[in-house]
Amino acid sequence: MSDYPSNLTLVVRQIRYQVTYFMRVPVALFFTLILPIVMLVLFNALFGDNTVTINGEEWPVRQFYTGGLAAYTAVSATYSNIGNMVPIRRDEGILKRWRSTPLPTWTYLSGVIGSSVVIAFTGALAMIAMGVVLYDLQIDWAKMPAAFVTLLVGVATFAALGMALVSIIKSASSSAALVNATILPLAFISDVFVVTEDEGFLHNLASIFPLKPFVNAFQNCFNPFVDGSGFEPGKLAFVAAWGVVGGVIAVKRFSWEPSGAPSRRGRRAQEAAVEN
Amino acid sequence: MAAIEVRDLHKHYGDNHAVRGVSFDVEPGEVYALLGHNGAGKSTVVEILEGHRMASSGEVSVLGFDPAAAAREFRDRIGVVLQTSGVENEFTVREVLDLYSSAYRTPRPLDDVLALTGLEAKADERVGSLSGGQRRRVDLALGIVGAPDLLFLDEPTTGFDPSARRLSWDLVEQLCADGTTVLLTTHYLDEAEHLADRVGVLGDGVMIAEGTPSALIDGISGTVVSFQLPESIETTDAVSTFGAVMDAEVRLSGRLVEATVERSTSVVHRLTGWAVEHNIELLGLSVTRASLEDVYLQLTAAPNGESS
Repeated sequence: MSDYPSNLTLVVRQIRYQVTYFMRVPVALFFTLILPIVMLVLFNALFGDNTVTINGEEWPVRQFYTGGLAAYTAVSATYSNIGNMVPIRRDEGILKRWRSTPLPTWTYLSGVIGSSVVIAFTGALAMIAMGVVLYDLQIDWAKMPAAFVTLLVGVATFAALGMALVSIIKSASSSAALVNATILPLAFISDVFVVTEDEGFLHNLASIFPLKPFVNAFQNCFNPFVDGSGFEPGKLAFVAAWGVVGGVIAVKRFSWEPSGAPSRRGRRAQEAAVEN
Repeated sequence: MAAIEVRDLHKHYGDNHAVRGVSFDVEPGEVYALLGHNGAGKSTVVEILEGHRMASSGEVSVLGFDPAAAAREFRDRIGVVLQTSGVENEFTVREVLDLYSSAYRTPRPLDDVLALTGLEAKADERVGSLSGGQRRRVDLALGIVGAPDLLFLDEPTTGFDPSARRLSWDLVEQLCADGTTVLLTTHYLDEAEHLADRVGVLGDGVMIAEGTPSALIDGISGTVVSFQLPESIETTDAVSTFGAVMDAEVRLSGRLVEATVERSTSVVHRLTGWAVEHNIELLGLSVTRASLEDVYLQLTAAPNGESS
């Protein structure tokens, strides 16, 4: 009897399948990749000639927006995309169907997460490229390793948080509301759409969550007034800590079936509790 | 070794004791049908055997595996057609089959799968554009794409038109010729009678009868007398009127009056005598040997109109 395909083959295939799936769902494509680009164009048309003051230096707003919206694109490709799409697939029974095949379950999840990482990087790169071509965004190549690492940490964290959200969402009907209720207000106080003060209540509130540190760390990689390599270990560690918490919740609570049918793990735990 | 061995299987959902000590075996190459109305426990039993549910107690062995462990080897050798389960609508039939087949060690060639399920003409259409019956065929196709030794079919032909049902029956028969073991649940008694080597009837989580379809039918040794309800009799009066005339327990489904009786000659004599006396023509009067459906209705004693 022949062997199973190698794990690498399976993972690559799953990532390709999930990326194709994403590209064929117009609403996902629009909200994840197209809407942030529309915002970039719109914001620059509206406020492009203004400047923002960062570290006492004047910075053209059009350069500020590119970094922030690129980071936001990465978040919507991971957190929002996973939070919206996986509960739908679970409600439809697609996850359960895969669970019946010999595909190792971690391979399927790698496909979900891996594809969102691919889409996030593609979206962020497209945004940066637009910034360079249209809005005079300056690329300081010395900071690009930091930009790459920052994006990687952010994408991993928000993918993990997306999976954690999926494990909490009961049904797909509530997923869009929960995703947007958690991410949109936060984006407004996290320097994505508007520059916020460096102190005060909103600043303190936003600083509890991982979005603002991620957005700021990524923006600073494109900020000509920030010196050095662009690495911000403190911010990255804080973002990554959120990712670890999200990952733990996802692993503990993830279910292959809608919540009406308890997960194998949940059911087992429940039965153990009854037996004791 | 039996393909499936179930011993004293119990399943609790909270306070609901859904499966209460079910035992049965399915031999390799056999088609075994589980019958029972909604809530009788058949889907729970099947889902435990598939590894989607944990048993509360009892012993279960499927192809020598404990399905609860959900080993990869186990899932490689079974095929599952779930009762309700989505497929990626944005992919074509061929893409979906190709994708799922990549998980198996020895997938069945896609052209064979398409031919067996009658999906050749639809191979390059997106699943989302297919009709309900065609999608169910995609479910079947995904069930056999891994060339399983054991196929679970949970109500496989619900929503099929008659020709599609025949086609899927042919498919099951072809699979059996290859030696595939099939565990089937169905609401259609004719389906079980047509396909199954043996039948198990579940009622309220207990196995209430088991055997070959013909042995079960012989077991009730009845004859079915049926006819169309005459216009002059109200449906509300039908059961009492004909119950008295025939001296038997009468069932009414739609406008079909039916009774399973022991001594059909005398029953028919009384019935036709009454009809002549009242100048009523009994349309579609027939006297037939009991079918599996009658066995089922007797065993599960479901109230009229609620059997399913």
